[in-house]
Amino acid sequence: MPVRVQHEDFDVGAEIAKLREGNPAIGAVASFVGIVRDLNEGDAVATLTLEHYPGMTEKSLEEIVAQARQRWDIYDALVVHRVGTLKPLDQIVLVVVTSAHRGESFEACEFLMDYLKTRAPFWKKEVTPEGARWVDARASDDAAADRWS
Amino acid sequence: MKANETQTATVKVLYFARLREALGKGEEEIVLPEGVDTVGALAGFLRSRGGAWAAELGVGKAVRVAVNQDMAAPETRISGGEEIAFFPPVTGG
Repeated sequence: MPVRVQHEDFDVGAEIAKLREGNPAIGAVASFVGIVRDLNEGDAVATLTLEHYPGMTEKSLEEIVAQARQRWDIYDALVVHRVGTLKPLDQIVLVVVTSAHRGESFEACEFLMDYLKTRAPFWKKEVTPEGARWVDARASDDAAADRWS
Repeated sequence: MKANETQTATVKVLYFARLREALGKGEEEIVLPEGVDTVGALAGFLRSRGGAWAAELGVGKAVRVAVNQDMAAPETRISGGEEIAFFPPVTGG
């Protein structure tokens, strides 16, 4: 299962080990971990709550992984995204890609994150001293995703 | 179907995140009114409820729509039986 949406935290080392287990053809692993920061738009962030669309979120992540597999010569890809209430320092998202050489892994990993951020149905709500607020989508994320089209 | 029977087409409508909070509900069944056969027409029907519905789904609001869990456009056809979701631009990752 290359895609998981879960409340629980994840162990990056264990996930990478599992993905490359028994495949001596893998020469490169690229990974990305997204983490909750304590500051956003100039305000202190106490908690960050992630909501998703059960069913569609998994389906859209699977479609994004399938696109990465078509575009790059990679062995495997994994996306783990957490939902629920998180706090600063917590891990939010993990993307891992394995390939023979580094170029494919680096690019596919970045592509997966750029597409995930603009296409997968997740929404963030943060609590700051000013109160709770939904995080707005960023034009810079759309621009990052557009690079690949 | 007998001539005197009225065919009712219903859709399951979902609202997420900011929209769910502003509209005060996450899910409802809607009997499609006569002539409501596209996503855009359904949005128009919802706006006609007034108040938060008119404000949140109004012109200029960034609202995305999915039909049966695929991204849709205002002209996407609906005929009953679909799962239709309204939500703000996504902010995951």
